[in-house]
Amino acid sequence: MSFEPKNPAIKWVEDRLPLPGMLHHALYEYPTPKNLSYWWTFGSLAGFMLVVQIVTGIVLAMHYTPHVDHAFNSVEHIMRDVNYGWLIRYMHANGASMFFIVVYLHIFRGLYYGSYKAPRELLWWLGLVIFLLMMATAFMGYVLPWGQMSFWGATVITNLFSAIPLVGDSIVTWLWGGFAVDNPTLNRFFSLHYLLPFVIAGVVILHIWSLHTSGSNNPTGVEIKDKQDSIPFHPYYTVKDLFGLAIFLIFFSAFLFYAPNYLGHPDNYIPANPLVTPAHIVPEWYFLPFYAILRAVPDKLGGVLLMFGAILVLFALPWLDKSRIRSARFRPIYKQLFWIFVADCILLTYIGGKPAEGAYLIWGRIATVYYFVHLLILLPLVGLFEKPKPLPASISEDVLSKKKPAKEEAANA
Amino acid sequence: MLKLLMSAGVAAFVSLASLGSAQAAGEAVELKSVAWEHGGLFGAYDRASAQRGAQVYREVCAACHGLSLVAFRTLADLGFTEDEIKALAAEYDFVDGPDDSGEMFDRPGKPSDKFPAPHANEKAARAANNGAYPLDLSLIAKARPNGDNYLYSLLTGYVDAPADFTLAPGMNYNAYFAGHQIAMPPPLMEDQVEFADGTEASIDQMAHDVTVFLTWAAEPKMEQRKQMGLKVILFLLILAGLFYAVKRKVWSDLH
Repeated sequence: MSFEPKNPAIKWVEDRLPLPGMLHHALYEYPTPKNLSYWWTFGSLAGFMLVVQIVTGIVLAMHYTPHVDHAFNSVEHIMRDVNYGWLIRYMHANGASMFFIVVYLHIFRGLYYGSYKAPRELLWWLGLVIFLLMMATAFMGYVLPWGQMSFWGATVITNLFSAIPLVGDSIVTWLWGGFAVDNPTLNRFFSLHYLLPFVIAGVVILHIWSLHTSGSNNPTGVEIKDKQDSIPFHPYYTVKDLFGLAIFLIFFSAFLFYAPNYLGHPDNYIPANPLVTPAHIVPEWYFLPFYAILRAVPDKLGGVLLMFGAILVLFALPWLDKSRIRSARFRPIYKQLFWIFVADCILLTYIGGKPAEGAYLIWGRIATVYYFVHLLILLPLVGLFEKPKPLPASISEDVLSKKKPAKEEAANA
Repeated sequence: MLKLLMSAGVAAFVSLASLGSAQAAGEAVELKSVAWEHGGLFGAYDRASAQRGAQVYREVCAACHGLSLVAFRTLADLGFTEDEIKALAAEYDFVDGPDDSGEMFDRPGKPSDKFPAPHANEKAARAANNGAYPLDLSLIAKARPNGDNYLYSLLTGYVDAPADFTLAPGMNYNAYFAGHQIAMPPPLMEDQVEFADGTEASIDQMAHDVTVFLTWAAEPKMEQRKQMGLKVILFLLILAGLFYAVKRKVWSDLH
């Protein structure tokens, strides 16, 4: 260990629990590729959002009442009577959307630069586990205000499990804690909504551990070869991430302060009423692509399987992608397919927010089929037939080759 | 170029995604659009209008509709004085208790009380309203897409039904209500209230004022929110500039 603390207090701790050494290692010794772009900021932003959600969530839980008779009004109590309660609650509600935005960008960055390929398969898996946990947490969180969309969203989503043959109905009754979505459902959702973020935090630690074992991928997809290629995380990436964070916070603030209900649904300001079904039951925007896939299938069980399959198939990505080249920068065909896939996901999101009828249904089916065609057919095939562009010999060579033309131009001017 | 494409893609994704959910339950009828003073980045509630709106609510709407989440004391936000609020609260009777002998008793309202519901429960409300249930209005402006324009359109949207339209008995035609059949009879009539400030109480004026009042009732912290937002975003812009400068400096020794 090269870490020898000069401060006697830190040394005292280090000798008993090498936490300062771990931190020192992560900040100064862990070699980070020198060419990480701003697309690599979304990982730390996701970590930041987890902290924001946990902190605001703990404060909200101090004022919230998880009971069907009081939940809705306790949220309004937070909005009206608690000091800065409106701020905390809007932060938490919009924070969920922001969390998903940064995580989706983080995932798409991984797809573009092939960050899931060996030796980072476990890192990718842990990320997907975090994503699944986030979805469960967000879904249960949306139920807590006990508005119309809370209630009916919970009813629709929990009912999906009734599609399971034989035991489906028993499972749904077990999930509900009764024969309908009711107080026991709200209570357990609150309990689990409080628990899961800490599970996420645990998996995040594993995610980062795994990252620090295999090292960060980078825009070239070429591994670090010598010291020329890498820089310490601190101060280079701490300051770069801080700048990214400030820009992201401006985006967050725009929603938080000027359009706090834009990403939500007006129906959730109507107290839950089991006797009145809303005209369109729509989940939060971040679930819409999966909702579109669910509704694209005429059969309930088929829809449920395909929806879960849409996420589970991502676990197989490291083996579905046959190309040895990581970065799409050097994969001319995959690069185009990637952007078509992004467009397909956007289309699914759009369709998910529309009623499942007419042209929406047809487009939803086309987009669903393409989602799986891309992952299961095109991705393996393109890896076999594509002729990649030549890779740079090293990260540092790539960085220098990019800087040179700019410098020459400057010299000529 | 690719970077531009990417950021455009991201922006499109975010806006499309949000558009999808925001529009999902929207109605096809195009609402009247008012240039509200509370709209926009710096918009604040028009105090005089909101005060008149409070009067319209109390003298007209409150006969059937509750406002159960709004405490009298919060009317101070709209420029009502402490004495006005005390007097206004005292106009209502509240059941309180039990007292030392275990009896419930009536007392006049206090500023900390909330607007009382006009009916004891939903059954009583339905019984009094031909089976229809007049909603609580505390959050109505947020519970409908484009809430303020919707309320204004609805209140001014009572027109004669088209000749080929069959109304169910006891229902009223409204150009802006989903399905056009609304149980609520036209609530506003010319000169129904007398405004202290001399404003003419036209249907249009009353609809406008009560919409401002109900928008405030649904989102009473809006002004605080926008003011804080301005400060926070200005701070973040400066902070981002500083971080960028530091980033340039730190990275300048790399090549």
